Amino acid sequence: MYLSRGNRDEKLSTLKLTVVQYGILFMMLALAAGLWRLQVLGADNFRLLAEQNRVRKVPVLAARGKLFDRENRLVVDNYPSVSCFLVREQNRNVDADLPLIARGLDLDLEQLRATLRRYRAAPGYQPIPIKLEVTPDEEAFIEAHRNELPELETIDEEWRLYPRDGFAAHLIGYVGEVSEEDLNQTRYAAYEPGDVVGKAGVEETYDELLRGQDGSRDVIVDSHGREVGYLRTQHAIPGQDLRLTIDNDLQRAAELALGNRNGAIVAMDPRNGEILAMVSRPSFDPNAFAVRINRADWNQLITDPNHPLMNKSIQAQLAPGSTFKILMSVAGLQEGVAQNLKINCAGGWGPYGFFHHCDEHHGAVDIHNAIPFSCDTFFYMLGDKLGIDRIAKYAAAFGYGQKTGIDLPGEQAGLMPSAQWKLKNYHNRWYPDETLDVAIGQGAVEATPLQLARIIGGIASGGHLVRPHVVFPDQLPADFRKAMLDSFPGAGDVDIPIDPENWVTVTDGMAEVTQPGYFHTAGSAHLEGIDFGGKTGTAQLMSHEALGKTTKGKSTNPNVWFVGLTPRRNPELVVAVLWQNGEFSYYPARIGAKVVSAYVEKQRRLANNLQPVKAAAPVEMGAVWTVPGPASGSGANPANQDGNPARMQAGHFLVQNGQIVARAIPETRSGARPERKSGTASASGARPAATPSEPGSALPASSGKGQ
Amino acid sequence: MRRFLSFRDFDWTLLGMVLVLCTVSVLEVYSATLHTKYAGFHTKQMFWISGGLVAMFIFAKIDYHKLIDFVPWAYGVCLVALVAVMFFGQKVLGARRWIKLGPMHFQPSEWVKLVLILAVARYFANLGGRSLTWKDILKAFVLVGVPLLLVLKQPDLGTSLTYTPILVAGLFLGGINLRQALILLTACIVLVAGVWSSGKLLKPYQKARLTSFINPDNDPRGTGYQLLQSKIAVGSGGVWGKGAAKGTQTQGDFLPIPHADFIFAAFGEEHGFVGALLVLLLYFLILMRLIQNAQTAADLSGSLIIMGIVAVLTFQIAVNVGMVIGFMPVTGIPLPLMSYGGSSVLFAFLALGVAMNVRMRRFVN
Repeated sequence: MYLSRGNRDEKLSTLKLTVVQYGILFMMLALAAGLWRLQVLGADNFRLLAEQNRVRKVPVLAARGKLFDRENRLVVDNYPSVSCFLVREQNRNVDADLPLIARGLDLDLEQLRATLRRYRAAPGYQPIPIKLEVTPDEEAFIEAHRNELPELETIDEEWRLYPRDGFAAHLIGYVGEVSEEDLNQTRYAAYEPGDVVGKAGVEETYDELLRGQDGSRDVIVDSHGREVGYLRTQHAIPGQDLRLTIDNDLQRAAELALGNRNGAIVAMDPRNGEILAMVSRPSFDPNAFAVRINRADWNQLITDPNHPLMNKSIQAQLAPGSTFKILMSVAGLQEGVAQNLKINCAGGWGPYGFFHHCDEHHGAVDIHNAIPFSCDTFFYMLGDKLGIDRIAKYAAAFGYGQKTGIDLPGEQAGLMPSAQWKLKNYHNRWYPDETLDVAIGQGAVEATPLQLARIIGGIASGGHLVRPHVVFPDQLPADFRKAMLDSFPGAGDVDIPIDPENWVTVTDGMAEVTQPGYFHTAGSAHLEGIDFGGKTGTAQLMSHEALGKTTKGKSTNPNVWFVGLTPRRNPELVVAVLWQNGEFSYYPARIGAKVVSAYVEKQRRLANNLQPVKAAAPVEMGAVWTVPGPASGSGANPANQDGNPARMQAGHFLVQNGQIVARAIPETRSGARPERKSGTASASGARPAATPSEPGSALPASSGKGQ
Repeated sequence: MRRFLSFRDFDWTLLGMVLVLCTVSVLEVYSATLHTKYAGFHTKQMFWISGGLVAMFIFAKIDYHKLIDFVPWAYGVCLVALVAVMFFGQKVLGARRWIKLGPMHFQPSEWVKLVLILAVARYFANLGGRSLTWKDILKAFVLVGVPLLLVLKQPDLGTSLTYTPILVAGLFLGGINLRQALILLTACIVLVAGVWSSGKLLKPYQKARLTSFINPDNDPRGTGYQLLQSKIAVGSGGVWGKGAAKGTQTQGDFLPIPHADFIFAAFGEEHGFVGALLVLLLYFLILMRLIQNAQTAADLSGSLIIMGIVAVLTFQIAVNVGMVIGFMPVTGIPLPLMSYGGSSVLFAFLALGVAMNVRMRRFVN
């Protein structure tokens, strides 16, 4: 049938087949050894890797602590927001997806690339925030592209909601993403890129307490990053709420009093150092920083010559002008020089060949009317008698040239010159003529509004100076509080005994300042029926001679000051007002007077239990209205689409101050519907028809017809 | 001349072991595709196996001598088909490997394997076991080399590599002596080094695939990714495995194509060291059984055919399992009888059919 191929006797040699068999055996053993290596020896390691593969840590962000004023009224709140993060741990190259992401999230492609570059060094498990405050549209985009763009992750966050008009903005500060430079510092060691940190004000000082602790959620994902399930959740610990020492009412009064003037106000309780109000102008909107400030806004803020970000109440170091005369008076009285100094002011004094002007020809002046007159001539002579060393000694003792130790970042120390200081910095000896400038708070003397408030408040308190603060220390953890106290010798409080007689002299002098009277510098700021004293100050930017020669377009108006007190001795309130490039010094005095009167009026009201007009109790009222037909109106009731052009609706509402606070339960429904919260109800305004889809709002009869 | 040709001589033991392996395959394909778009592939695999069984019985009936007579024609058809693929093939993922004939997709390179086994067996059987001259060796190289280069050109590195063990087995069993073998080995090494450094014959991605196994962690997102995930899958299985359909690597889609090329990784993850070892043992027994059949074959051509099949199967097992455990690069070679895929299953059963054929005629005189 067919020919057999080859030789029937030809067979494969058994030896060769045995060789093949052993070869196969050897191969199998090699494979088994490989399996042993992976599955027995390396099992733990690979199990870990497999776990890391499928479990993704999604941060659960802690809500920042809220800020309240001294009466527990909310100042800084949070609001929920959704952020979009890019997760890099999936084994895919996201570069190709970037154009789509940029388009979907309305981002600039280059900027997105730059963001990713910035995070290149960060550990791979850490998600990169690429868009904060995602809009619902963008969230829908992310949701719709889960499969194509599994690297996108949305995270619910709580963002800061600051008072809208820059209210207390400098005191509160703002938050922002931690910068790369910050991360290199030791105090930011625990922070990671993308973390939100306080960047100024209370937000910065108390960041550690406010930020809370982020939690995380372990999500099981597949290789495309799609979420398959949850493993465990470590809940976030929300940040600590803090009660500020400021009084919203007084803060508001101070904000209004300063208006748009370029300057600052600090109101402090000199008995304990609690800051009751702190204003700086121009201001800024911290809400712009809460998410991320755009470059243009930021550039405008930092290049503005008036420095909106600067908290002038603690950072503006300016010549205190005549407010320095209070310290001069104390020094003169304590040294026993001022009591006997009786002079005749003839418009100035120039014992060293250089005439120093006084504003007026005050005539006979002694220590009692030198303060209300603010007579430069008197203080030139007093300063000359005291000498720079004694002035500097008192000034330093009362805190000129030193930080007050307030719990806000970036405080400036000011400057108090002395013979030593001049020798050290200018390698030159002190000339007695220079003492005359110092004696009226000019020359090299510089102080911040807060320093002046503390010093003058301390003098009026008989030499008891306190360390100012904006957060009640009793709510701080013990170690935090201790660190804060230890940061200043003697915890920042100082006692310098002032002779009671001298104390009365100086405080009476300050009270005279605001009394109407000839030559009195702030007579127009008089408050009837309030024991209100203070001291004005006008610090010229240029000497009288230079003023006439050149101005170069810059404002040469003097910086005007006022430091006010109430009552004059052992005051409850000291307020420092600075108006940069202002006009006359009685303007800041009037501003100060407004703050003082707001304070006193409130105290009197409280003392007499006179509450501000109480909100009226909600009134229940019924209403009947029509809903426009579907053709005309938006958001029409689905039950209403039967062709009726309009239909009648009715409901009961609780109305308070012209706003709906709750929707009363219709009697026909047996109370199953919970009352609506005031927030949502008032959002719909006074027009109840704006929520026609609410079934409870329809009359039972008409809704029956619609079905 | 036809005495005792009966299915009593059919190798039922071998078939039994193969069917156990096929059962494992169907179950693992089911588990691996449970949550993927490939769900339901296990039924398709069962169809392929059933088809393969039918084909196997048909092939077992046809006398392998007839097949050998027919082989020059088949070889010619194969070459034509491979050339046709180069010009008319469907381009899938950058490679022309498939011909579309009506509704059928047809990958000639897989069939070439079987034809080559027969052709090489015929060639060396005709030489009659005498010692080989250099001319004989050169002819054998041309016989295998032409289709190999055509497939490499497609480009399909994996399949073309599976042709080499046929040649190696043929040369080894066909009577090459030690001196020739050493010279050839040296020449091969020089040639491979030359091809590698010339940079023309191998595409960059092929090179990358071939080298990434050495250190997959260097490039965990690129070519090394599959290997790394495969090693994680196998390693995390541990001694006893995570249980059927519970492999996180397999179910979470981290393991690439867990029902085809990486099915052994999926199996290793879900059934652990013990399960993987049992499967290897099954393969070992099957191969030993085939070699035993080769030993008892009636003539040299029969032995050579079976040994060619053994060579191909051994090579595929070594390369595939070696790839899964990180010893070998990713070459796209399926695990015979385990991996999902019509061509692969059909080849295995046809090859077994031919082997059965040889065994059934071991007493034929």
